Amino acid sequence: MPLLLPFAELEVGQHLYWQLGNLKIHGQVFLSSWVVIGALLALVVVGTRKLERDPRGTQNLLEFVWDYIRDLSREQIGEKAYRDWMPFIGTLFLFIFVSNWGGALVPWKLIHLPSGELGAPTADINTTIALALLVSLAYFYAGLSRKGLRYFEYYVEPTPIMLPFKIVEDFTKPLSLSFRLFGNILADELVVAVLAFLVPLIVPLPAMFLGLFTSAIQALIFATLAAYYIGEAVHEEHH
Amino acid sequence: MDSITSAASVVAAGLAVGLGAIGPGIGQGTAAGGAVEGIARQPEAEGKIRGTLLLSLAFMEALTIYGLVVALVLLFANPFAG
Repeated sequence: MPLLLPFAELEVGQHLYWQLGNLKIHGQVFLSSWVVIGALLALVVVGTRKLERDPRGTQNLLEFVWDYIRDLSREQIGEKAYRDWMPFIGTLFLFIFVSNWGGALVPWKLIHLPSGELGAPTADINTTIALALLVSLAYFYAGLSRKGLRYFEYYVEPTPIMLPFKIVEDFTKPLSLSFRLFGNILADELVVAVLAFLVPLIVPLPAMFLGLFTSAIQALIFATLAAYYIGEAVHEEHH
Repeated sequence: MDSITSAASVVAAGLAVGLGAIGPGIGQGTAAGGAVEGIARQPEAEGKIRGTLLLSLAFMEALTIYGLVVALVLLFANPFAG
């Protein structure tokens, strides 16, 4: 669809393909996620270079973020196990949050690619499925390492009738996690693109703010659910 | 893609979002109504109610988004295009 407006192009399903052995990978997703990772690393390195007793500036911001992530994971995972999983939850939250906002706030359209377009890495289903499968692996590992084979008791509690449902749940968890994030971020981008296509000035702004808001909430939801699944796996029943 | 397939895909994409919006719409209305009632009864709990409400609204919204994903697959990555 050739449009005349430079900021309102809709390109869904077009990618910048890189050939890696037998694999075709989506180059634009890699480029934008490297930018996100680089931004996060730079922020953390700058914020922790000169640690002070009274935090100021970047260090203050980082400590606030740390507190926030600690509260989130402690609330879901529980006092005993949350320290092991806080880095994982925090990484997920920060990567998704910065990806979502980076996709919305950075004017990627100014950089021209031969094919496809730069945007939020989380608007590509492969990224979100990878993140969701990581969460699946994480909660299995958490349960197995904490409880050993007793972890599988969880599948037949409170009654063995629940067994098929719990097994299906293991598949629907990553499915819903990945689709929720992917769909929300892509929907935000599409709504803004369609509005900007119809009315290029001012009118898309409220939709953009709504998009920023929902993408922040989606990052929070992804992290909260990951922590909740891990917490469910490490939770000890008190008989 | 032949014309019947594309016509069916476009109709199905519309139906996927439209029908998928009904349930979550009702659910979000109920949730928001409950939250307003709660705030009216206990104005000092507004912050906590708002946080919980936003989180649960996002969960309900995800259901419509599933319909949207199906619609987008039909429009941009149609497996029946042949």
